[in-house]
Amino acid sequence: MIELEELIEKFPDAVIDVKIQRERRLCAAVKREALLEVCRYLREHQGFDHLSSVSGVDYADRFEVVYHLWSYSKKKLLSLRVSLPKDDPTVDSVTSIWKAADWHERETYDMFGIIFEGHPNLTRILLAEDFEGYPFRKDYKLKENPWFPGKSPGEEQR
Amino acid sequence: MIQEDSDRKLARNAIFPAEGRMILNIGPQHPSTHGVLRMQVELEGERVINVTPIIGYLHRGFEKIAENRSYMQVIPLTDRLDYLSSMANNMVYVRAVEELLGVQIPERAEYIRVIVLELQRLASHLAAVGFYGNDLGLAFTAMMYTFRERELILDLFESICGARLTYNYLRFGGVREDPPGNFKEKAKEVLAQIKPKIDEYERFLSEDEIFLMRTKGIGILKPEDAINMGAAGPVLRGSGVKTDTRVTDPYTIYDKFDWEVVTGKDGDCFSRYAVWINEMRQSIRIVEQALDALPEGPYLAKVPRLLKPPAGEVYSRIESPRGELCMHLVSDGATTNPYRLKIRSPAFCNLSLLPHLAKNVLIADLIAILGSLDPVFGEIDR
Repeated sequence: MIELEELIEKFPDAVIDVKIQRERRLCAAVKREALLEVCRYLREHQGFDHLSSVSGVDYADRFEVVYHLWSYSKKKLLSLRVSLPKDDPTVDSVTSIWKAADWHERETYDMFGIIFEGHPNLTRILLAEDFEGYPFRKDYKLKENPWFPGKSPGEEQR
Repeated sequence: MIQEDSDRKLARNAIFPAEGRMILNIGPQHPSTHGVLRMQVELEGERVINVTPIIGYLHRGFEKIAENRSYMQVIPLTDRLDYLSSMANNMVYVRAVEELLGVQIPERAEYIRVIVLELQRLASHLAAVGFYGNDLGLAFTAMMYTFRERELILDLFESICGARLTYNYLRFGGVREDPPGNFKEKAKEVLAQIKPKIDEYERFLSEDEIFLMRTKGIGILKPEDAINMGAAGPVLRGSGVKTDTRVTDPYTIYDKFDWEVVTGKDGDCFSRYAVWINEMRQSIRIVEQALDALPEGPYLAKVPRLLKPPAGEVYSRIESPRGELCMHLVSDGATTNPYRLKIRSPAFCNLSLLPHLAKNVLIADLIAILGSLDPVFGEIDR
């Protein structure tokens, strides 16, 4: 699709991996240093005016932040992935481009401990202020259900 | 000792108002907050200077629970998200899994899905209008009327799946059960009963002087702000942005029916209310056409009970009654549990507009603005 070709042409070093998932679904991965620049370009020149969600994923070797961008004019969704190393989960905040990112980034910080630099108010949103740890990370230890001793959560139901 | 520490930490984050201002906490238990929302309002006299919504009182860690359940076991969990529109939550989740699996859905199942989804939108908007009347001090009148009609739809849902609120009705590849034999006639009867009632609500509310004074010109949201701040559903369309996921990113068979996307004019509370009312009429139109065209045949494709979808990720989008509801589902291809399930809930995004909308308004208008965003806390806090 034309958007992806132009994106690669404009950022040959920063945009790593592009693919068309299906009709109206595009994917791209971007290096974290270039995220702000790529996002600004996508909004101003490619019409991706709606940030649908910011979602964190905890893989074995990395964190991934996925920005789902929708274009109201082109009617296409672009999933923009950024990989972050486990020991330094820091990425630039896109709140200056889409105001919608505010609460989504706070939620991702709350659940994964990913730091969004430049966010105006990066505090916990769903959990209490004094909560310790980041519960959606895979290494977060869930409480054992006292009714099913020795079984991990989920297992007791089977 | 730990208790003491956390107390000190909370005290540090407390806000101290400037000279002549005061901080008022509305909620978490308050009839006008639609659930467990706490609003920290900075007031100067009766004027709102700043409002900070504090959420998370209903956080159940849905996304984490889903990672520890098999794909099938997640469906009943999704019912508990937006408890006023469980069908829509079922739909967005089964759509995500079906896209991962590549399942073909029988035609009858598609029609049944459209029927229940649109009935759900009708029921949800009825509740929204009723609650809104409640918020605006029209006593219980609006709510009594709309809930009378909502009951009829809940009766229909009870007849097809046995539940009135948490339906757990959609399955991968179709629906759980075929509707009973007289469903078509019953549903048509209910629609014929509701149709004139919508005009009646309009007579009650849209011509009520108090209602107009409290909603017209209050909480105006400009279209460009609505897009940039991620508004969804009636809030976005109330600002005049003509977009609807059912049309722009089509799913199931909405393209087979004759209906229109409803928009508001001014972007104020009244426009958002008008979108609810007119969307109800459109939903009735869709359901009537779907009931007439409902084909015979199987209602469920053959899909194994314990699923192991191939590795990959999908982003499923639908138009729930509250707006663009999405799920980001990641499968690692090795386990029978979702690897990651993220819910983009429309009410969460709409509520994040509240500080922007409620700047320099009277405190009574704050309640009117909040009601027009139609928040449901099962979905916001997840």
